[in-house]
Amino acid sequence: MASKEQAITDETAHKLQKRNFWSGILFGIGSMAFIDEVIFHQLLQWHHFYDLATPQIGIFADGLLNSFAWFAAIGGLFMFADLRRRQAVRMRYWIASVLMGAGAFQLFDGIIDHKVFRTHQVRYQVELWPYDLSWNLFGAALLIAGLFLAKSAKERRSA
Amino acid sequence: MIHHYLGSIEPWFQLTAALLLAWALMFYPMLSIWTNERYRKWPMHRYIFWFVGVIAAGASLVGPLADAAHTSFATHMTGHLLLGMLAPLLLLHGKPLTLVMRGLPTTSARRLSRLLNSRFIAVASHPASTALLNFGGLFILYKTDLFVLMHQSTAVYALVHIHILLAGYMFTWSILYTDLTAHRHSFRLRAAVLIVALASHKVLAKSLYAMPPAGITTSDGEMGALIMYYGGDVIDLALIILFCYSWYKATAPGRIARAV
Repeated sequence: MASKEQAITDETAHKLQKRNFWSGILFGIGSMAFIDEVIFHQLLQWHHFYDLATPQIGIFADGLLNSFAWFAAIGGLFMFADLRRRQAVRMRYWIASVLMGAGAFQLFDGIIDHKVFRTHQVRYQVELWPYDLSWNLFGAALLIAGLFLAKSAKERRSA
Repeated sequence: MIHHYLGSIEPWFQLTAALLLAWALMFYPMLSIWTNERYRKWPMHRYIFWFVGVIAAGASLVGPLADAAHTSFATHMTGHLLLGMLAPLLLLHGKPLTLVMRGLPTTSARRLSRLLNSRFIAVASHPASTALLNFGGLFILYKTDLFVLMHQSTAVYALVHIHILLAGYMFTWSILYTDLTAHRHSFRLRAAVLIVALASHKVLAKSLYAMPPAGITTSDGEMGALIMYYGGDVIDLALIILFCYSWYKATAPGRIARAV
């Protein structure tokens, strides 16, 4: 009987850990997309709403990505509220997941959106490669920082 | 400016619309006050949602905004946001179907409930169908000659506006289970439909930015597309928050899971 209860507790713990992960990833994706919109589209105005050279597939991919990101930011926060309600927040692990989500989004945006689908470029009328390089390096740095933090969170927990 | 193919909208449209709006404003409180005698008191916030919703829809159908929408694409788009997105969201929170169920005598209520449970409504109110009806309709309106036709014939104009309001309402109804809902679908399915639907709204807005309907100047078309894109974002945000909040409430610990 005791082992069955133990198994149920383990399963719940596993489920809640997964929810910590996904909540962080989604919130990371959503907040990075939001930062991208505010800084590069609205404040700096480097990115264009539509540079009139975007192929149809790029428009479609970008629309899907943006609408997903809106959803991810809000859904991630509601999942976080759910974890708090259950007193199951693992803060370090959650922050690690946010960094991973943000970094993965930045890389996806920099490689797939900007280069493969050519939705828009980082900046116009300038030498592009330093911008592309720093864009993607920043994304990779976030992703790696997230991975390290997740590892340390795991070690602290098992120690 | 879309002057050169502009026919005037005949007065019967504005007259009928004004009558229907007045009817909606009057009948709703009459029904709720009348049913208060037998049921729990109808809460005040639902009246407010309903009234503001009717006013939002009304502003896009009659009066100065509706008149200006005839010559400016940007104003047309503002009216469209009010009629197709904001008004449905507000009207739904007035819970009209619940109210009608409350007011109907038992036999008619049973008949209505049988209709709601029917296969037809199951298919028609599926999130995928309502999304197709709503956003497919928009693609047809803006990417075919329907937009020009709408400004030449009052009948077409009326049909298009009824469609925008009803399709917008059906879509919101099928995503948020605020009002009575017969056929329920999982959060995952509705989230997926919502994401694809909102994406298609953005795609359409961008394609209008590049190529507005016939006869519209570039700057007017660009302004209208920006209003569609960013104005849509604001209402999408409200829709997503309400949707996620309903998930949050449904998954509360200790709550017995219902069939969604």
